Amino acid sequence: MNTTTLAHRAVPRLLAGLSYYGPASLAEHHRQYGPPVAVGRRFIDVVDASGLTGRGGAGFPTGRKMRMVAVRRGSKAVVANGCEGEPASSKDRLLLTMLPHLVLDGLVAAAMAVGASDAYLCVHDHEWDLLDSLDDAVAERNDPVRVLVTGVPGRYVASEQSSIVQYLNGGPAKPTFAPPRPHERGVRGLPTLVNNVETLAHLALIARYGDRWFRSAGLPAAPGSMLVTASGAVCRPGVYEIELGTPIGDVVMRAGGPAERPRALLVGGYFGAWLPVEAAWPVPMTHAALKAAGGALGAGMVLTLPASSCLIAETARVVRYLADEGAGQCGPCVFGLPALADAMTDLAYHGGRGRILGQLAALIPLVERRGACRHPDGVTQLIRSALRTAAGDAQRHDEDGPCRGVTREPLLPLPAEDR
Amino acid sequence: MRLRVNPIACTGHGLCAELLPELIKLDPWGYPLLADTPVPRELADHAKRAAAACPTLALLTDESLVAGGRGGRHAARA
Repeated sequence: MNTTTLAHRAVPRLLAGLSYYGPASLAEHHRQYGPPVAVGRRFIDVVDASGLTGRGGAGFPTGRKMRMVAVRRGSKAVVANGCEGEPASSKDRLLLTMLPHLVLDGLVAAAMAVGASDAYLCVHDHEWDLLDSLDDAVAERNDPVRVLVTGVPGRYVASEQSSIVQYLNGGPAKPTFAPPRPHERGVRGLPTLVNNVETLAHLALIARYGDRWFRSAGLPAAPGSMLVTASGAVCRPGVYEIELGTPIGDVVMRAGGPAERPRALLVGGYFGAWLPVEAAWPVPMTHAALKAAGGALGAGMVLTLPASSCLIAETARVVRYLADEGAGQCGPCVFGLPALADAMTDLAYHGGRGRILGQLAALIPLVERRGACRHPDGVTQLIRSALRTAAGDAQRHDEDGPCRGVTREPLLPLPAEDR
Repeated sequence: MRLRVNPIACTGHGLCAELLPELIKLDPWGYPLLADTPVPRELADHAKRAAAACPTLALLTDESLVAGGRGGRHAARA
């Protein structure tokens, strides 16, 4: 058999134990996935061999990240990042609300492997129901490490790993300057492993079934499965589990296909990029392939924009949101993002008499790679991809004024204003 | 030697651009834009002096980073 084709039989894995009426209890969880397996330091070799990469967006090899913490002396800490900051993503929430024990198994396995005695499970602090149900799930278990469920402010940049670490240390939930990185000095000054909750859920299964099983899904260079959130103008929006390497078009079709003629796809969420539909359709969902296509896999969001929407206006709204969500710490972000948002708003709704595109081109390099975190870079990547994917529209907006699409109901999700 | 700015600590005093105009320009908001090259040897002393003169200690040479110039701590207080 050709090893580069996908069997499409390997999933669901994480979502195999999903029930539709409520969170899986510990007994149901064990029935579905088998009892948890105690692991030690050597588990990191298994994780290395599995080829698992972080599912929070950056895609860093998980085994290597674990080792960077494990090799340090003394006590360590592990943090499960369940603060899904991306408004267009719901996969972490799905795991935490419906399959909490999968995440907790992974968190405990990670803690055992790196030698941590304390583990933190962080979710947004305004989600009281979730905090309560996770506390109940922790109480159901008898774990060898102390697991603390912690609420973190629900701002966009608060889900960045250094923000969470600083918040757990009693500071503001804002990114910090590196070095030190969390694996050098994190929670309470201890070397700290921060992993996305989906990454941990995969760890829970790798601990049970091994690295060869994990690699039996996905591509040799990008193994395993991942959760994706399909939204926008599709017939069945929601969270789906796919093998890595599944073409983007298949993700849209899994979600019921386009609900109307599509114009472009936003892949990777607000830290990702717009791609033209025809170009994006065959691109495999892997970090490498999406990077080569000028996009990013991010945390696996695929949003379908219909032809009746204005890509420029949709992007302008998101850029304004992201500008408001900055931590307010770095000058280029504090001044640059609102300037970008103003320019995008002008381009979308007012027309620029042919001057705005030039303004944007001058502003983008003044913002890019100049923050302590990658927040400003995400914004410029989004704008660049919008101007590339809808180049003709952008030109017409700039010269002649807004198109009819700007009056359509906004499509890209933004959190409620009153949060 | 390379220069780096801790963008959290930097509040745009602009002294660095006065002291080291060869390598540092200011953006429209007064924050430093560093040349994307290593500091040439003949400017090394000037670069160190500029780093030492920064009122918020936001300008860092890679030596100060290794020697424990923990920008994050200033950041937390900012």
